[in-house]
Amino acid sequence: MNRYESLEGRIDAVVIGASAGGIEALTQLLPQLPASSKLTVLVVLHVPRDRPSLLVDIFRPRCRLHVAESQDKDPIQPGTVYFAPPDYHLMVDIGPQIALSADELVNFSRPSIDVLFESAADLYQRRVLGIVLSGGNHDGAAGLQAIVRAGGLAVVQSPDQAAVDIMPRAAIAAGSVDYVLPLDQIAELLAAL
Amino acid sequence: MSASELQDFDIELQLLIDAIYLKYHYDFRGYAQASLRRRMRAALLRFNCSSLSQLQDRVLREPAMLTAMMDFLTVQVSDMFRDPAYYQALRRHVVPMLRTYPSLKIWIAGCSTGEEAYSMAILLREEGLLDRTLIYATDINGQALQKAEAGIYDLDRIAGFTENHRRSGGSSSLSDYYMAAYGRAVFDKSLRRNIVFSDHSLATDSVFAEVQLVSCRNVLIYFNRSLQDRAIGLFRDALCRKGFLGIGAKESLRFSDHSNDFVDVDREYRLYQKKDRAGDGL
Repeated sequence: MNRYESLEGRIDAVVIGASAGGIEALTQLLPQLPASSKLTVLVVLHVPRDRPSLLVDIFRPRCRLHVAESQDKDPIQPGTVYFAPPDYHLMVDIGPQIALSADELVNFSRPSIDVLFESAADLYQRRVLGIVLSGGNHDGAAGLQAIVRAGGLAVVQSPDQAAVDIMPRAAIAAGSVDYVLPLDQIAELLAAL
Repeated sequence: MSASELQDFDIELQLLIDAIYLKYHYDFRGYAQASLRRRMRAALLRFNCSSLSQLQDRVLREPAMLTAMMDFLTVQVSDMFRDPAYYQALRRHVVPMLRTYPSLKIWIAGCSTGEEAYSMAILLREEGLLDRTLIYATDINGQALQKAEAGIYDLDRIAGFTENHRRSGGSSSLSDYYMAAYGRAVFDKSLRRNIVFSDHSLATDSVFAEVQLVSCRNVLIYFNRSLQDRAIGLFRDALCRKGFLGIGAKESLRFSDHSNDFVDVDREYRLYQKKDRAGDGL
């Protein structure tokens, strides 16, 4: 049986942060989620702030889960992947619903991974799992620790396997995490939730 | 935070917001929770307080603290011609209608430090409409309004503003509208002649004028749905027959009680027009 069996049913939401090399990592990860999954998946990928994002168009045909653009106050649905829009922070709020903000850049980024992770820690407490993927900055490290403090689960892509290892290494250095895994095993873990 | 720490934080947050309302009559009770939590955590660090109760104590006893806190309670992030495509949509759909009025009033709600008000003034100057227009630019943050009134921005922001302006379909050069000096760009006083910067709260104040266009972008995202409804109701009541409403690129009227009072003009860039007989109960 699956080594992540004990996690079944524990998690409602998965939050994912990625930057440089992130599209490739997400392309390996998100299509693996089974159509039966009840997870809400929220993704911050650092994208240029001044251009429309093509992420929904890229991932919708590749994923078995529904892929949605994030609009402020949209009710959050299970079995759905949400991407942060360019130039807005993506958060989750009581409802649960999507909350966008145009607040200052955090870690030189908008959207910022820390902002999403901290709001998800508040809302979902121990029922959230955070994943830090490939990237060339430190965004996500503090947010992942917020998830740990709230009792959620913290996962980091193996730095050896990441296209750019700075972000995974920063996330590991910031405190304890539950799993450091290559992408195929992260996919296996997600499928078990 | 653990569940119990968060519960305490939220209790203290509600008490702080109530205290500010009771003492100073600034009403943040309808603000969206996630964003408010984040900004209050930043305020705790900034004012070196260990809890929101401690912060509340200072806000009640030191009125100067309220002024400082306003920068955490409200959001002052804005750019000139932010989302250039929005301004293109205004030029395309709204300007031709505005030309048909002998005099114009426009309301920029939540103008913060003034970037959008000056952008609108420049657009109207380019379209030959500024001289017959009065722009009401309102906000609750008095310090932000003072900055808006001054019309002075850091020079390192001008390259971004210039690029936005070019992409907005601007027919002039942004450099025609400011003087650069000592690392600052000082915007032309002639733009300000047609702008009235004024204190107004979407949470507690009422309609003050009849206008042809309301532009309120990236303000409603900070409100919960009932406060959004209040604000959108004010916009509807302020708009003349067939007046226009522009909101932020990721905002929507879909969840509003008043959505039936408006029709889409440009779905992608969130431009709406008030229906002929909106809100008169017919």
